[in-house]
Amino acid sequence: MEILEIRNLNKSYGNQKALNNISLTIPKGGIFGLLGPNGAGKTTLIRIINQIIEGDSGEVYFNGEILQPKHISQIGYLPEERGLYKKMKVWDQLVYFARLKDMPAALAKERVAFWLKKMDISSWRDKRIDDLSKGMAQKVQFISTIIHEPELLILDEPFSGFDPLNAEIIKNEIIELKNKGITVVLSTHRMESVELLCDQIAMIHRSNKILEGRLTAVKQMFRPNTYEVILSGINETLPESWNASQVNGNTIFKIPLGQESPNSTLQMLMQYGELLGFREILPTMEEIFIQQIKNHSYE
Amino acid sequence: MNKIWLVIQREYLSRVQKKSFLLATLLTPLIFPSIMGIFLWISIGESENPSLQIIEVVDENNIFFIESSEQYAFSFSKISTDEGKKMVNDGDRFGFLYIPKIDLSSPKGITYYGEKNPSMNLISFLESALKRRIEEQRLFESGISPEAINAYRTKVSIQAITLDNSGEEKVTDATVNYAIGFLAGIMIYMFIFIYGNQIMQGVIEEKSSRIIEILVSSIKPFQLMSGKIIGIGAVGLTQFLIWVVLIGGISSIVMGYFGVQMPQQQAMELANPEIGQMMDSQSNLQNIIAVINGVDFIQLTLTFIFYFLGGYLLYGAFFAAVGAAVDAPSEAQQFMLPITIPLLIGYLGLFVFVLNDPNSNVSFWLSIIPFTSPIAMMGRVSYGVPLFDLALSMSLLILGFFFSTWVAGKVYRIGILMHGSKVNYKTLWRWIKTN
Repeated sequence: MEILEIRNLNKSYGNQKALNNISLTIPKGGIFGLLGPNGAGKTTLIRIINQIIEGDSGEVYFNGEILQPKHISQIGYLPEERGLYKKMKVWDQLVYFARLKDMPAALAKERVAFWLKKMDISSWRDKRIDDLSKGMAQKVQFISTIIHEPELLILDEPFSGFDPLNAEIIKNEIIELKNKGITVVLSTHRMESVELLCDQIAMIHRSNKILEGRLTAVKQMFRPNTYEVILSGINETLPESWNASQVNGNTIFKIPLGQESPNSTLQMLMQYGELLGFREILPTMEEIFIQQIKNHSYE
Repeated sequence: MNKIWLVIQREYLSRVQKKSFLLATLLTPLIFPSIMGIFLWISIGESENPSLQIIEVVDENNIFFIESSEQYAFSFSKISTDEGKKMVNDGDRFGFLYIPKIDLSSPKGITYYGEKNPSMNLISFLESALKRRIEEQRLFESGISPEAINAYRTKVSIQAITLDNSGEEKVTDATVNYAIGFLAGIMIYMFIFIYGNQIMQGVIEEKSSRIIEILVSSIKPFQLMSGKIIGIGAVGLTQFLIWVVLIGGISSIVMGYFGVQMPQQQAMELANPEIGQMMDSQSNLQNIIAVINGVDFIQLTLTFIFYFLGGYLLYGAFFAAVGAAVDAPSEAQQFMLPITIPLLIGYLGLFVFVLNDPNSNVSFWLSIIPFTSPIAMMGRVSYGVPLFDLALSMSLLILGFFFSTWVAGKVYRIGILMHGSKVNYKTLWRWIKTN
């Protein structure tokens, strides 16, 4: 079951195409990584999902229904460029945002109290935002995104502006939300967090979708078919081309398999000495990302 | 609707709870009366306790006589000009007036010497005294007796009475109507600017601090804009109503104070008609109070509130649009012209045309066209305006409000999400055209 389905979505600003026939399926539950360089069209897509702007053509379905204003209360959105009312108190601000998302006043207050306590910032409730540090304000901002208990959470660069400690707290919150069954769309440049968090990804480049799939499948798709080998007790000189290096008395190198199967390669390697390790190298998301962008830029 | 209400509440409470609002609201009605009070107090102190200034007069013609007033006494002598100047320099005399032998048909060379720069009051007092004497002298020379001159001297004061449809008579005074129209017009002009600016600042705050992106993912831009305009308007209305109550309270206290003194004067008038005549200026004051009492304040207040709100809403939408089109308050200036010009036309039109001739053609159009009517109509209302004109002007203002909100909504909707791009009138026009 998918929470969000996008079909043939197009959007142009004047002569400039921002989204070109994008189709995407975001399954319920799990964390969906929306990747792409700056200006690829991610923000436009996110704005359309949030009903801030409308697409020129194509459809968006939320839980199987055409996306419409009543769905606003089921979506939480943390924009990349974020802000709060500087002169407003933390408490008033959070209650205000919760109520704008159709939450009844009493429930909104209850949730705000709950989250302030959970994030350990209850003592700030009467502070104004301009009295808080940037990191503190970001915490309030994060709460404002999830205060109305959305089914779908869209986070645009959620870790920017956080110190490592607070970024960790936010990361754990995201995982906890996922475990509660909330779907998270994560738009970010930080590939290590994609690697760590995402179950599924889609990559947008120059207003086109260039990649979509489960993280593990994508990694499989782009594996270079190269293995890392660890040998000890070398009894034969290794070929120059392997570029072997010595680490802690062991010989380590990478070997591309080419047409050979792993088994035949293993047999071949055993002649050289004691085989301690033989492991396939999977590409990092960072590598896939850079490679994909490069490939599609020369098209 | 529910969400607009939330926005209205936030905009209203966040402003009303500020200390600056409380101060401005409580102090403004006190500032004007207290300045007036200080002036009154000083002038009363002066007239009650006049230090008599003596002015030496040398008249080579031997015909002039100037009656001493409360402030100035005149001593006539035959000293030389130099002696006269010396008396002034030594501080023996406040001033020295020298009247050389003059040709009565074209008097020239009359000179006043004083240690201090003479006040306009003193000079015009002297001028009118001399003028009257010269005129009398010339009339006398042409054979009219002084008795006849005195007998013909008349004082005229017109009392204006307006008849309303039911034939009821009402004492009016153009000065009072002028003052009311003037004050009401200026207040609306200032309200539109002050509160319009607050709308603009609020929009720019939300845009530049990027709250807007979160807001418009929860609420339609048009709802947000309307909520903001209505909320801030409610702040203005609150302030205005507090002022009405405060000023009403203060003036009834002041009136009460004067009211205690008034009967004494009337008693004196009865006892001594001559004093009554001398108190002509005071009875003028009573007349003014009578006229003020004759003004229909309920109607005036209701029309004021209508035009205040109508003008505010009409222009408020434009202010919101300007705020949405720019990234910082400093950039707003370039789009202010279309707002400022019609407001200024209304403002200047009020003074140049409406207040001087409320029934002229120009006044009619200024008070009908929605962009100028909120200010100009106040000038006509104080004199009394035909019901048809008022109804036409009001309905056009409501239409104008719908139009301006429609245009502004389009600019606002696109503008709030635009960052860093150069916006000019051409871009604005394109935004208005897009659906």
